[in-house]
Amino acid sequence: MIQLEHVSKSFSEGIPALNDVSLHISEGEFVFVVGDSGSGKSTLIKLLLKELEPTSGSITINDIDIRKLPHRKIPYFRRNIGCVFQDFRLLKDRNVYDNVAFAQRAVGASNRSIRQKVPVMLSMVGLAAKYRSFPKQLSGGEQQRVAIARALVNNPRILLADEPTGNLDNNNAWEIMNLLEMINSRGTTVVVVTHNMEIVRAMGKRVITIQKGNVVSDSLVDGMGGDDDEN
Amino acid sequence: MFSLASIATMAACIFLFGLFFAIVTNFQSMVKEAEEGVAVTVLFDDDITPQQIAEIGDRIKERPEVSAYNFKSADDAWEEFSQIYFEGNEELAEGFGDDNPLQKSESYEIYLNDVSMQDTLVKYLENLDGVREVRRSEIVANTLSDFNRLIGYVSAGIILILLCVAVFLISNTVTVGIAVRKEEIGIMKLIGATDFFVRAPFVVEGILIGLIGSALPLALLYGMYSRLIVYIMEKFNFLSSLMNFLPVSTVFRTLIPIALVLGVGIGFLGSFTTTRKHLKV
Ligand SMILES: Nc1ncnc2c1ncn2[C@@H]1O[C@H](COP(=O)(O)OP(=O)(O)O)[C@@H](O)[C@H]1O
Ligand SMILES: [Mg+2]
Repeated sequence: MIQLEHVSKSFSEGIPALNDVSLHISEGEFVFVVGDSGSGKSTLIKLLLKELEPTSGSITINDIDIRKLPHRKIPYFRRNIGCVFQDFRLLKDRNVYDNVAFAQRAVGASNRSIRQKVPVMLSMVGLAAKYRSFPKQLSGGEQQRVAIARALVNNPRILLADEPTGNLDNNNAWEIMNLLEMINSRGTTVVVVTHNMEIVRAMGKRVITIQKGNVVSDSLVDGMGGDDDEN
Repeated sequence: MFSLASIATMAACIFLFGLFFAIVTNFQSMVKEAEEGVAVTVLFDDDITPQQIAEIGDRIKERPEVSAYNFKSADDAWEEFSQIYFEGNEELAEGFGDDNPLQKSESYEIYLNDVSMQDTLVKYLENLDGVREVRRSEIVANTLSDFNRLIGYVSAGIILILLCVAVFLISNTVTVGIAVRKEEIGIMKLIGATDFFVRAPFVVEGILIGLIGSALPLALLYGMYSRLIVYIMEKFNFLSSLMNFLPVSTVFRTLIPIALVLGVGIGFLGSFTTTRKHLKV
């Protein structure tokens, strides 16, 4: 599903943001990516979205070598990947419904499809009642749910989350993580970058640890602790 | 808000363009009219034979500068002369009887396609055998063609400057629009919107600016022009013999499509190239 072979990424000079990273993530997996700030986690996410080009190495997603992907095909490739971010990135001048519908419109979905799918997504993330609210009227947790609904409304096979709970308190963080796990249980491959080691340890998933651009560990963490980490 | 400013500037550009267009087309039609009246007259040597005259006629016919020519016999010349000078006293002319005092004034009258070619033609004609003299209307010819050229250059220059200003303005509007919606565009791209989808609203905006920005001044010019000719003709009656203004429909039949194509074209090109520049990746 996601395959990185000896991927390095350098910005101008200095230490590479990612150094010879090889990874394999299978369809239907739930993976955490952890590491200090500045260790290259967001760079990894951006490479997977083809927002950045690797300096060397190859990246294959859904059997597509994305280095060879021509510019005009990038949009169609991205439709297979949903993504959410720490800052939610909602459109402030549009209500919850329109924020989710926006993703459907952006890929040219029909009005009929929008009317069908948006309410389904909103009830899945538990916001069906607040579809007319504007982002500033929602809590951080609720805003992130809207972002998740938007990321999933086009049925991507992969969901990438870059510190989705970074701006949330513990309760909301747990709710978001549980929602992501539920989404994963429905078959979507989920990759979550996070700092929240408490949740990582408790959830018992595969954890990839990055330090200064190198993958230093990649292991299944069982319910309680494991190799301890920074933060 | 920004598009309002660029509609206004666009409208000003197209307005000026239309103004120039109206002036230039009117002027050109007047110049053309004047040019059509400008003739070169070829007079012959005294001992010329009719056959030689015919040969010269053939030479004239071959010249590309010539739009029309006709032969004036001595009798024609006399008739014309007497019509002008003995008007009302025809009996005076009769007095000459069959003695045509303009015996030697047979000539060719040549009309040109373009007065600026007069010099070349005159030189050619002067070197022909049997030609005594070539008369031309030098001053008129030179001023007319010089003036024509000047107007051409000035209007081309102004139009070029206006085009640049308009393109710059549209491009500016689009750049601001992109900056304002930067976040939205970023999200669209991550979600998988195609370049076309992202660019379309900006290009449509550019085209609309061009369309509105050319339709408004056209309407204004139309009203102004139709009223202005009537006004000038009424107030300055003596002008009507000197110049013939083109009717509104003639000017606007060409001006409307040109201005619309110009406005929409600028709007499209300005926004298309700007979005192309800013929305890469
Ligand atoms: N666009 C960029 N230009 C230059 N350096 C960058 C850029 N993006 C990230 N970096 C550098 O790459 C390293 C990794 O950054 P990042 O992937 O954002 O880390 P993380 O998400 O793990 O906190 C950092 O040292 C950062 O300064
Ligand atoms: Mg980061």
